Amino acid sequence: MTRKTTSNGAGNAVEVRGLVKHFGEVKAVDGVDLDVREGTVLGVLGPNGAGKTTLVRCLSTLLVPDAGTATVAGFDVVRQPRALRRTIGLTGQYASVDEKLSGRENLYMIGRLLDLSRKDARARADELLERFSLTEAAGRAAAKYSGGMRRRLDLAASMIGRPAVLYLDEPTTGLDPRTRNEVWDEVRSMVRDGATVLLTTQYMEEAEQLAHELTVIDRGRVIAEGEVDELKTKVGGRTLQIRPAQAAELDRMVGAIAQAGLDGIAGATADHEDGVVNVPIVSDEQLSAVVGMLGERGFTISGINTHLPSLDEVFLAITGQKTSEAADGGPQDGPRDQQDVQDKQYEEVPA
Amino acid sequence: MSAATVAAPGKPQRPGADEGRIGLRAHLRHTSALVRRNAMQIKNDPESMFDALLMPIVFTLLFVYVFGGAMGGSLGGDRSAYVNYIIPGLLAMGGLNIAMSVGSGVNDDFNKGVMDRFRTMPIARSSVLTAKMLVESGRMLVSTVILLVLAFLIGFDLKTGPLELLAAVALALLFGSSLTWIFMLLGLTMKTPQAVQGVGFMVLMPLQFGSSIFAPPTTMPGWMEAFTKVNPLSNLADAARALMNGQGAVAQPVLITLAWTAGITLVFAPLAVAKFRKKT
Repeated sequence: MTRKTTSNGAGNAVEVRGLVKHFGEVKAVDGVDLDVREGTVLGVLGPNGAGKTTLVRCLSTLLVPDAGTATVAGFDVVRQPRALRRTIGLTGQYASVDEKLSGRENLYMIGRLLDLSRKDARARADELLERFSLTEAAGRAAAKYSGGMRRRLDLAASMIGRPAVLYLDEPTTGLDPRTRNEVWDEVRSMVRDGATVLLTTQYMEEAEQLAHELTVIDRGRVIAEGEVDELKTKVGGRTLQIRPAQAAELDRMVGAIAQAGLDGIAGATADHEDGVVNVPIVSDEQLSAVVGMLGERGFTISGINTHLPSLDEVFLAITGQKTSEAADGGPQDGPRDQQDVQDKQYEEVPA
Repeated sequence: MSAATVAAPGKPQRPGADEGRIGLRAHLRHTSALVRRNAMQIKNDPESMFDALLMPIVFTLLFVYVFGGAMGGSLGGDRSAYVNYIIPGLLAMGGLNIAMSVGSGVNDDFNKGVMDRFRTMPIARSSVLTAKMLVESGRMLVSTVILLVLAFLIGFDLKTGPLELLAAVALALLFGSSLTWIFMLLGLTMKTPQAVQGVGFMVLMPLQFGSSIFAPPTTMPGWMEAFTKVNPLSNLADAARALMNGQGAVAQPVLITLAWTAGITLVFAPLAVAKFRKKT
């Protein structure tokens, strides 16, 4: 019993060492090390086909790794799969709910499968439906749910057994921004309640929003890891976009920023096509300083905006090259969803 | 959902369960929860019962009223003679038709990803398949009841008693449920539900028609007659016929059918479960 906890509150809930999983020639996971500290969110960031889903499938006993070790809550994925399954919850692109059952029936069934009594299973289902704002839709077949509701039901389903470790495999891929925010809110509240989360994502923004630490993987290997802020600094932070009221002022504005010599501000450029000035920044203080300075000098600003580096920019900054997808050419160079299909097919090769 | 319950990774489990072994009682509980799932699916999607409901009606009406007149004559009677010939045959055939639908059902489940969730949960993996088998047997029973009600409506003449009738039904259900394991294995092996159905039909048609179900094999050429003799469906049809019409040997076809049932289950159930465990 005691082995289930990693003794103290600051231990690692997940420890992966040298994990390898190949499908024929495809090195889906090729020697990955990572740790997830208890009660934190580890973001695993990488493009399609980087090996994220294979990693999660190894850690949830759906695939047997070829080499390396992985323990979750102290249980070995290969030697103690049954005990391990008692400690995990999985919400993934592929692990899903039964579309033909209603939301309530799905949650009740999972409760019963997790050895709750009929009464407890019913109570737990209602509690989670309420919490994930699905009470109204509880009686409808899951097939009729919207994308966001499906994802919330998935999350609720993986929470029934109060798992120590939750895997969220690209939880917001394919969702619109509003529903994506809903899912993020749910994940945050699960983390507040103490859940340990391993989150895979293709989106820098999602990692930034949810993760305490980040592991960046590409072609089955870890290419960078660290706290989100560390990596952000490495990548160069955000881009501040300033839109002058008159497009004619673009170049004057760039000149003013260069002249002002603000701390750490360099490389402002005018984008005449979009009518904005782009300024790389790494902190909110720099943002205020730039905008304040422009105001003092009498510029009229009609809009400001910041945007995070895209995954491609992150890769560029870390490795000095584009993501393997963009750089490889050949068969990997297909559109993203085609890549998805390929990924899935590789997963289907029997172990 | 208090913070404490989620935060503590070592949520207390039942004593002795920490190695994750799944006991018999848990096994039964999992199976019954999954039977309930499959039954709910039918309730939410009643169209999925159409095959079980309509097949016996369509087959009975077609064969009795299209071929019945001609066939009855060669059996030395009229259409009603063929009713008594074909009904035990259709009883034997029903299980195979229903069992075939399991294959595409299992395949569909996998493509939807709900199986991934089951397989990351601490449940006996065989219970997923056992539940499916039990629900399909239930569908076979419904189908059989419809067949018999219709049979009596159009003049089937039970020459023996209700016990013999029950024995024939039980034998057909037992054999039919053993067939579900074959189709589950097929469903787990093939890539799409359509492929499962295609292969299913290819196996199904020769087995159904190359048997004593629709016509007496004595009227067939030697090689075909030889095929029907080794076809387990012929044995089952002969057994049902002997039990319901009171003609011919009972013990031999019954025993052979039971042997087939046991053999198929012993070979294909473990194979299907093993395939299910290993499927990635």
